[in-house]
Amino acid sequence: MNRTRIPQLALALLAALPLAAAAAGVSDGVVKVGVLTDMTGAYSDLAGPGSVAAAQMAAEDFGGKVLGKPIVVISADHQNKADVASNVARRWFDQEQVDVVADLVSSSTALAVMPVAAQKKRITLLSGPGSDPITGDKCTAYNVHYTYDTYSLAHGTGSAVVQQGGKSWFFITADYVFGRTLEEDTASVVKSSGGKVLGAVRAPFPTADFSSYLLQAQSSGAQIVGLANAGADTVNSIKQAHEFGITPKQSLAGLLVFISDIHSLGLEASQGLYLTTAFYWDHDEESRKWAQRFFARTKKMPTMVHAGVYSEITHYLKAVQAAGTDDADAVMKKMKETPVNDFFARNGHIGADGLHRHDMYLARVKAPKDSKKPWDYYQILKTIPPEQAFPALAGSKCPLVKK
Amino acid sequence: MTQALFGQLLVGLINGSFYALLSLGLAIIFGLLDVVNFAHGAQYMLGAYLAWMGLTWLGIGYWVALFAAPAAVGLLGMAVERLLLRRLRGLDNLYGLLLTFGLALVVEGLFRQGFGISGNGYPVPPQLAGAKNLGFMVLPIYRAWAVAVSLAVCFASWLVIEKTRLGSYLRAGTENPQVLQAFGVNVPLMFTVTYGFGAALAAFAGVVAAPVYQVTPTMGSQVIIVVFAVVVIGGMGSILGAIVTGLGLGLLEGLAKFFWPEVSATVVFVAMALVLLVRPAGLFGRQK
Repeated sequence: MNRTRIPQLALALLAALPLAAAAAGVSDGVVKVGVLTDMTGAYSDLAGPGSVAAAQMAAEDFGGKVLGKPIVVISADHQNKADVASNVARRWFDQEQVDVVADLVSSSTALAVMPVAAQKKRITLLSGPGSDPITGDKCTAYNVHYTYDTYSLAHGTGSAVVQQGGKSWFFITADYVFGRTLEEDTASVVKSSGGKVLGAVRAPFPTADFSSYLLQAQSSGAQIVGLANAGADTVNSIKQAHEFGITPKQSLAGLLVFISDIHSLGLEASQGLYLTTAFYWDHDEESRKWAQRFFARTKKMPTMVHAGVYSEITHYLKAVQAAGTDDADAVMKKMKETPVNDFFARNGHIGADGLHRHDMYLARVKAPKDSKKPWDYYQILKTIPPEQAFPALAGSKCPLVKK
Repeated sequence: MTQALFGQLLVGLINGSFYALLSLGLAIIFGLLDVVNFAHGAQYMLGAYLAWMGLTWLGIGYWVALFAAPAAVGLLGMAVERLLLRRLRGLDNLYGLLLTFGLALVVEGLFRQGFGISGNGYPVPPQLAGAKNLGFMVLPIYRAWAVAVSLAVCFASWLVIEKTRLGSYLRAGTENPQVLQAFGVNVPLMFTVTYGFGAALAAFAGVVAAPVYQVTPTMGSQVIIVVFAVVVIGGMGSILGAIVTGLGLGLLEGLAKFFWPEVSATVVFVAMALVLLVRPAGLFGRQK
């Protein structure tokens, strides 16, 4: 070979290299999962350290390697602040080779990170947040909204409770966008299912003492008191409803309740509460097996957010395996093509809008005498199939959905 | 309509007596020590958590906790005064504020780490469980007890400070500690005990609150802002002012929750702004 041609050849090879890397194999020799969540704040029990543990379990169960390259899980605290979340994500993408960001509990952080990820062609897998615009007008091509959304909560609890005989409703609503949206969504479902709404009261956010609002709910005579709030507000309203003797005469319907809330409240105060959940640890053999491993690690049973983080990361890793690359476009295509059926999701399918539609469950909190073992909290009343639990893809406001 | 209103007023009174109990300790500490005790919320939370720990880990019931938890927090408060706050005497009271605020953040952070954010439930003691239908509203028996015990403690504290010899020393200590010391009274010890008493009152309120609210690491920081508003409206350091304002604001809030629930969280601060415009030293405060 003519020696003078070697530099030219080397140059040509160098130029071709990035292209080749994008087309096949794992970029920069590692698949890095970043769990970005609330480690100490209001959502740290329902997501937080438990989500990080779930992600680590997913990586270990996959064998620690995909396509022969190591899977690395890192985590950071976004403090429920949108600016902190997007700054961390930017650093992860630009300097730390993070391929996928998981969890992002609280919608504001999710909505802040999604466009950054889309711009850099990295994937976001949301388990913690619930806001509908995530897969509506704010949707991106590199996002999966995995565990639940406010639509599924409102529709699950709203229509299923009316079918169970809870015809008349009164709402106690947290007076901000999340609470009001949840109330409006649920009220319209209640009405279209043949129930009626007798009234609503909007409590400032946050509120510690719900007695005034509970008295108003009590005197309304409604069968069902809908709690369109979350976190500490829900916990205090359930506890005080029990104190004021609202339950068991009237029933409570929690529109966003996690098993961590029930655990901290205790069954005495929370018994009889209706709720919709994407996951219950004691649902079947598979879910029990996984949940007990999670428990051994964290000393808590998993919330639906924790189970969702494990399942979404596993689904992602399988897609990387199947696609033979960690290139975001190829992996997203695989993830959307492949149905999800595991201990967490049944009949799951990810739509063009990024929404993961799967079975949801209507549950009722057990009375203390019916609870036979630790964390034996829910009775599953009904499985809600994906087409009833989630909005139809055809009606999506997401611009990616071809009409 | 009038029946419902009556119910709301009663609920307002219940919350008001609770505000009064919480502001009392704050007012006493400010009145005598000139310390703006931002750790008050943390001391309240500590009281609730000690009750919970006693019940869950040691099987100690509500009635013992009602005395034991305040005693423990009171001792802790005395240690804080003796070891930390005392060094700040004579400085601007901003330093005391910063110190107590810092302490509150540290304590809250430790409890968050240890117990998680969702907190823990504390059951209503069996003797006080249940609710009574009064016709116009359902009154949980525990709430009736909470009002009674809060008002009794408020009244007793006021009596001790305003009507006894010990109380007269305390009041003299605020006016002029040097002269009082010259009369042979151990003023530093008196300050230590007073701070401990104020902290114990906060912890007592915490135990009373435990069966009503979820016991969480952040329960103190949620309530402290309203309690400060009560103390400011009543007149910083005025004990009678704290009690009367606590009850009054509870009633005002109760009315707001009925007629215009959306503003019920704001109405306390609107009242504070109005009072400060007309009487900058608060309703019962003295102009210095």
